[in-house]
Amino acid sequence: MNSKQKKTLYRIIAAAVLTVAAASAPVKGYSELFLFLVPYIIIGYDILRKAFLGIVNGQIFDENFLMAVATVGAMLLGDYAEGTAVMLFYQIGELFESCAVDRSRKNISELMNIAPDYANLEIGKGQLERVDPDDVEPGSIIVIRPGEKIPIDGEIIEGESVINTSALTGESLPREVGAGDEVISGCINMSGLLRVRTTKEFGESTVSKILELVENSSMKKSRSENFITRFAKYYTPAVCIGAAVLAVIPPVFRILAMSSQPMWSEWIVRALTFLVISCPCALVISIPLSFFGGIGGASARGILIKGSNYLETLSRAKYIVFDKTGTLTKGKFEISEICPEGISKEKLLEYAACAEMNSNHPVSCCIKEGCGQKPDGGKISGQKEIGGLGVETVYDGRIIAAGNRKLMKKWGIDVPESDKPGTFVHVAIDGKYAGFILVADTVKPGAKAAVEKLKSKGIKEIIMLTGDVRNAAEAAAAELGMDKVKFELLPEDKVNEVERLMELRRENEKLVFVGDGINDAPVLMRADIGIAMGALGSDAAIEAADIVLMDDDPGKIPEAMDISRKTVRIVYQNIVFALSVKGICLILGALGIAGMWAAIFADVGVMVIAVLNAMRTLYTRRDKNVGK
Amino acid sequence: MKKTYKIEVDCPVCAGKMEEQAKKHEGVKDAAVSFLTQKMKVEFEENADAAKIMNELKAACKKIEPDCEIYTE
Repeated sequence: MNSKQKKTLYRIIAAAVLTVAAASAPVKGYSELFLFLVPYIIIGYDILRKAFLGIVNGQIFDENFLMAVATVGAMLLGDYAEGTAVMLFYQIGELFESCAVDRSRKNISELMNIAPDYANLEIGKGQLERVDPDDVEPGSIIVIRPGEKIPIDGEIIEGESVINTSALTGESLPREVGAGDEVISGCINMSGLLRVRTTKEFGESTVSKILELVENSSMKKSRSENFITRFAKYYTPAVCIGAAVLAVIPPVFRILAMSSQPMWSEWIVRALTFLVISCPCALVISIPLSFFGGIGGASARGILIKGSNYLETLSRAKYIVFDKTGTLTKGKFEISEICPEGISKEKLLEYAACAEMNSNHPVSCCIKEGCGQKPDGGKISGQKEIGGLGVETVYDGRIIAAGNRKLMKKWGIDVPESDKPGTFVHVAIDGKYAGFILVADTVKPGAKAAVEKLKSKGIKEIIMLTGDVRNAAEAAAAELGMDKVKFELLPEDKVNEVERLMELRRENEKLVFVGDGINDAPVLMRADIGIAMGALGSDAAIEAADIVLMDDDPGKIPEAMDISRKTVRIVYQNIVFALSVKGICLILGALGIAGMWAAIFADVGVMVIAVLNAMRTLYTRRDKNVGK
Repeated sequence: MKKTYKIEVDCPVCAGKMEEQAKKHEGVKDAAVSFLTQKMKVEFEENADAAKIMNELKAACKKIEPDCEIYTE
């Protein structure tokens, strides 16, 4: 609690004690009024002051005004206890609200606890100075000790370590880094000392970008927020007019039409009850709080949502369009099949790796990586690379040819054509065919499960758009269970395709595009929601997308949908709950069934419940069961 | 030119009023107030005197919400 809240708490305690004392004192008339006035002033002076200033400045009809009129009215009618109690409970409610908001604010900033406090700047040989990250120029050398946060993006020039990226990506597996690797601010250095040359200013570093993005997200307001703001603008004056009508019309009607007693005080009490019930605060606070909580909870898992409006729209997604390479697949060659003829798999791989030893072609690199053990370079002689065909090498006295079908043809070997996706590396040893290794871009481990989950969440169509060739595209689409696939597309074709889909769909069925951000920026902008993936450090992607996934895992998309749907559900729950309780209490109040006490519940109680409900958005459980 | 200011405001309705006030203020192109982060983001018109505008805006906001505060420095 801050000092302002503490002060309010002391006032509440003092006023509560004095109110109880006043209620139990055996006095009547003016002395009773005086006894109640003491706690009333203690607890309500600021409300009365604000209400007065509001009237002076032409800002009537705010909640201070409602409370001031209701309680002053009750005091004038001689209901001293009620008048004081209403003010007391109102302040308790306000205090609770302010604590709850602080608490969730704190929770969110803890979740986003990535901002570094300092940087160890190297100013001379082995000399360090602890400085504000803001003061470090790009190109400076900084040192990060084990346990410290990396303050600024840069490149490691010395040292090896393991870094924890979980605050950024939600990925708990630590990453090994060494000299030459790029590191991103916000990660925690776990084991070794690192010397890093900074490549960006602090303000341009990943951590600043992310913090700015999350902080600004609550400024992009959702439709529900805008609705409530507009609603509150008409609602409060409407209730005030309603209360005035309730206070005047029935008594006048009684005099004129029924020639009976007007019962002024009875109707005025009802009107005042009306005012207490009507405070719109439960709605006005709980809705932005829900969205803020949802966005905060998402960012803790490496899902950055740039605005409440996007979180809201995501919940109505019906079409999801994926880019293929780098989004659903790793975007990197890997051995997908080894098919030897006459020798063992290991031998085939070893021979192929030897043949490719000095080649830097991406396919060669992946075969060498796949082989693991380094072949004995001494046994290799006479290596030559034949452009467009492959390589020929003499290894251990045998001639190895590794390459495509054309190379095999040169050796008089006829290899049948295949429609398998990927690149074939055929191997011949001393002119005899020894089998092939198939190299392909493989699907990410979580991709299939993600697609399944999305389908189970009621997504109508999951579509893949790719620039890749037919074979590769269709194979990946089939493996992942895509509903549709379009291949050999240029970036502008993707935009056209997305636009066509958006024309066909119905008004409130939203389209999401998921891409890896670098060349997909136009499509990301065009779609209702653009999700950029693995965008850590890519400014263009962070700029163009509405939602940024900090790691490469497509499984974050169903998670984000869960969070968005839960948030929207809670928002609607709160709207319906608050409005119906208030509506019922207003009717009961008008009929004289609900008194001041019910009114206090309708105001403070509803607000407390709505705020507690809103805070649930911070914690959306991870759904581990596929297809549930 | 865009600038972000720290603010202090107690209730979300008042934050909304401040936003409205800022939006219609002379020299302000667009403005947004976040009650939850207690920040006001103001986009000024070109060649506008930000310091002067913010002082006027602070006075205007104090009128609609006596307890609010905008930290211009």
